[in-house]
Amino acid sequence: MNSNQNAVSVKGIYKNYGDVEALRDMTLDFPKGQLTSLLGPSGCGKTTLLKIIAGLLPATKGEVYVNDQLVTTPGPDRAFVFQDFALMPWASVIRNVAFGLELRNVNKSEREDIAKKYINQVGLGGFENSFPHELSGGMRQRVGLARALSVDSPVLLMDEPFSAVDEQTRRKFQEDLLDLVKNENKTFIFVTHSIEEAVYVSDQIAILLPRPSRVSEIIRPSGFRNKDADSIRKDSEYLDTVEGIWKSLRSYVE
Amino acid sequence: MRIFGIKLPNMTSLILWGLLWELLGQMEVSFFLPPLTSIFSTLLEIYHTKAFIRALVETAQAFLGGITSAVVIGIPVGIFMGKNRFIDELLLPWVNMFMSAPLTALVPVLMVLFGFGLKSIIITTTLFAIWIIILNTRAGVMQINRSLVDMANSFGASPTEAFFKIYFWAALPEIISGIRIGFIRAVKGVIIGQLLISIVGFGSLFELYSSRFLMSHFWAVILVLFALAFTLSELLAMLAKRFDYYASKRG
Repeated sequence: MNSNQNAVSVKGIYKNYGDVEALRDMTLDFPKGQLTSLLGPSGCGKTTLLKIIAGLLPATKGEVYVNDQLVTTPGPDRAFVFQDFALMPWASVIRNVAFGLELRNVNKSEREDIAKKYINQVGLGGFENSFPHELSGGMRQRVGLARALSVDSPVLLMDEPFSAVDEQTRRKFQEDLLDLVKNENKTFIFVTHSIEEAVYVSDQIAILLPRPSRVSEIIRPSGFRNKDADSIRKDSEYLDTVEGIWKSLRSYVE
Repeated sequence: MRIFGIKLPNMTSLILWGLLWELLGQMEVSFFLPPLTSIFSTLLEIYHTKAFIRALVETAQAFLGGITSAVVIGIPVGIFMGKNRFIDELLLPWVNMFMSAPLTALVPVLMVLFGFGLKSIIITTTLFAIWIIILNTRAGVMQINRSLVDMANSFGASPTEAFFKIYFWAALPEIISGIRIGFIRAVKGVIIGQLLISIVGFGSLFELYSSRFLMSHFWAVILVLFALAFTLSELLAMLAKRFDYYASKRG
């Protein structure tokens, strides 16, 4: 695969915290328009890697390329969805969603129009003027997602976005995410610790192992990718892939 | 307050203590303690006099000057201390020292430095109020949710934007409660300033009334001050309540 088919490439990333080696020689490609999961047990450095790609953490060594451009800081080519939503509790839904545009100096009426469009798209129409504390966990993450979508970055970085919502909401989110990957021509990098979730939503799964963190395997489930949301969970390749990943991770779980 | 299972209105305890005061006053236990009713009638006599209004204006001027500079200087300093480890280590020992130091002892030094006028009183007031505002703001900034900062950075916020759009708002509940305590301390500061630096404002009334043993006048002025401080503090408490939902959202 040549490099311009990759939206994001990380090359030889090292990250040390003092004497602790969090990431060692991490090299990974993220194909354009696809969803890649970073999957692994806790402590395997998947969130660290995501934050380095986002430019929120400096790497000790190594390079991150986004569309063949070397990046070291956050930029308009990447948007981040946070595990704990990271909404401003003092601001209404519409201001939260428009906040990325506000920081890019888009004028108020224009950014609110864009924000409204994405609020509707994530199914929160009518909640524009509510405050985060008035919403459920699932709705809050929809606000976080709308905020990331509204800046229209080609790359979306998601840090365990569904881990703080309840199981039913989570399933709905996973189905919605499949539609999003299909319809928005964006590249998704998705951190999760759930094997089922990773297999369900991903075009490519990078399995990371801890101490020191490294890529142990890359899996590209393909057979069920075009099936509809309901049949995926019953598909035999889906079930075998989940089982296979569990076997290889089992020994790393204390 | 509840007595025999009956819920009494909020101010009941105040009324009970007031009655006790009145009773002791009527019994003439001490000349120092005139009956509450005569204090109130004295208050009605003096509140429209020129001397009283001038005292009120002078005190308000010094108070507002002091509290304004305490807020305007204290909040940014507190935010910087909460954000920046180096600035924090540089300033924290001093802030803690002044927080607990007997500031009254510093007043003569201020008089030498800044003269015997309003300026010194304002600075005294500021010194009484500012440290708690700094410490509370700092605490508010330090407990800020890391991912809010990451969020602002990921959208390319400049340090100035992060300061005004994230740090200030995230620390606002703590800032308000700091200002509230600061207000109460500033009342102390302004009166001490007026008594020690130049005998103006309510300080001059205290001086005048106590030297002539006009006890009901003396108490009337004290009641006014207490009422003012209490009202300000309650107003700020109400303001703080409006931001209560912050606390439940964090952590």
